[in-house]
Amino acid sequence: MVENRPFLNFLTHVALITGVLFLCFPVWMALVASTHTPEALSKAPIPLWFGGEAIANYSELLTGGVSAAGGVPVSTMMWNSLWMALGITAGKIVVSILAAFAIVYFKFPFRMGFFWMIFITLMLPVEVRILPTFDVIARLEMLNTWAGLTIPLMASATATFLFRQFFLTIPDELVEAARIDRAGPLRFFWDILLPLSRTNIAALFIILFIFGWNQYLWPLLITTEQDLYTIVMGIQRMANAGESLPIWHLVMGTAILALLPPVLVVVGMQKLFVRGLVETEK
Amino acid sequence: MQKRVIFQNLWLPYLLVLPQIIITLVFFIWPSWQALTSSLYIEDAFGFSKQFVWFQNYSELFTNPAYLKSFWTTLVFGVSVTFLAMSIALLLAVAANRVIKSATGYRTLLIWPYAVAPALAGVIWYFLLNPSIGIVSYWLESVGVEWNHYVNGGQALLLVIVASAWKQISYNFLFFLAGLQSIPKSLLEAAAIDKAGPIRRFWTITFPLLSPTTFFLLIVNLVFAFFDTFALIHATTNGGPADATSVLVFRVYNSGFVGQDYGSSAAQSVVLMGLVVVITFIQFRYVERRVQY
Repeated sequence: MVENRPFLNFLTHVALITGVLFLCFPVWMALVASTHTPEALSKAPIPLWFGGEAIANYSELLTGGVSAAGGVPVSTMMWNSLWMALGITAGKIVVSILAAFAIVYFKFPFRMGFFWMIFITLMLPVEVRILPTFDVIARLEMLNTWAGLTIPLMASATATFLFRQFFLTIPDELVEAARIDRAGPLRFFWDILLPLSRTNIAALFIILFIFGWNQYLWPLLITTEQDLYTIVMGIQRMANAGESLPIWHLVMGTAILALLPPVLVVVGMQKLFVRGLVETEK
Repeated sequence: MQKRVIFQNLWLPYLLVLPQIIITLVFFIWPSWQALTSSLYIEDAFGFSKQFVWFQNYSELFTNPAYLKSFWTTLVFGVSVTFLAMSIALLLAVAANRVIKSATGYRTLLIWPYAVAPALAGVIWYFLLNPSIGIVSYWLESVGVEWNHYVNGGQALLLVIVASAWKQISYNFLFFLAGLQSIPKSLLEAAAIDKAGPIRRFWTITFPLLSPTTFFLLIVNLVFAFFDTFALIHATTNGGPADATSVLVFRVYNSGFVGQDYGSSAAQSVVLMGLVVVITFIQFRYVERRVQY
């Protein structure tokens, strides 16, 4: 602090508390709504404090599901989301660390060609080429499969660049030492490079897990079978049903369950998360 | 670009890049090529016949008032989300940078919405602003504002803007805070000795030094608003009412899957790819990627 200005300090805290309230309020209301009976939510103003139906509502969601939205239990959808997120995360990390290793530590024909090909993927997000991508997945008969849900999202230019950037900072002496000790490239990768990359991998893992869990468009295209619905995508069917039926308490309960895992990851591993975010920069 | 000391191997590097390249070719390059070629054809709805029509899909697109309006909607949406999210985040970051003792506590409370999926942010705000039972719409009504995003297009657009900005504040906050913390304290102290007040110091020292971060965030937020908000719009207003929230990405989806107009959808994809190429170019040409000085 440069100088002491009590009034400005007061104003600072007011601004911060207002900001926190603005960010927390919507989720607070969702949490409150998920603990009430549909009758309590049927007329304005709806209550601002918890009701007594939390256990009943959440157990209905986790086991039975919402019949108006296909009746898929939320636990099934969360399970699907988890597997999708883990698959995408692990796949992306493996695929991009291998590619970065090849590009940094080997000299081979078309190296730069491969590099630019990876770079181009930055310019082709799924959102802008929805239909032809769907077409390709359909032709490969990967609709309604876990592979179709995860593999196409495993190519990542940002992760590859992150690892490449990191490998370039590792001193050359390590490679020389490894070669003097007659370690081959794979041995070097496994025994030296991988342990050195641990923190980077962990930070990237958090960012990619959130990215994977929050996928919406992709599962919407790929899955038509209810057994494969993911929770972030599945809520849309419920919200649409919420227009006509009094199920807002269940919709909000599902929203809370859907946002809980990634939020817990961010709050619990804040340091790694901030590091990962600043390093991947998107 | 590359190490001075490297390994020699004839086939291993190819094996290592193979997974990445296969995925890129099959799921990125191939569909994009398909979009490019099918944008030059008109296909009937059953896929039995197609006819090469040169650039007819494009010319139809750019003479279609609904598509041009969608450009405008996207622009209004993108600029509003970016402005709202960035200004609120900057204010909060400046405040959090002032309080040293409780900064980490505030940071925890301010960053978690980053993890909330855009679709969920949308659904929750949709509930808060529900015309019959939403608490915020109830408050609005008590101050004399009639809120009904089912019929009022402007309000529907406002709904998705607020929900998107709400979700995006945390991201901007983190980067602004990192940028602020890397500004040397001595500069601010020197200015304070010269009797520059806090507001003057902010506009003449802090804000100019933050400009790399600001420019970087500007691009990231626009990209987010243009492309990543599909989920938010699809889960809530579904483009309506009367196309009021139908941004470009939403139209690509809608004309392809709902309208089954493949040629037009492909042409729209190509237009959007062009947009991404331009943005990526700007980003790499002009934006300093690292938040440091």
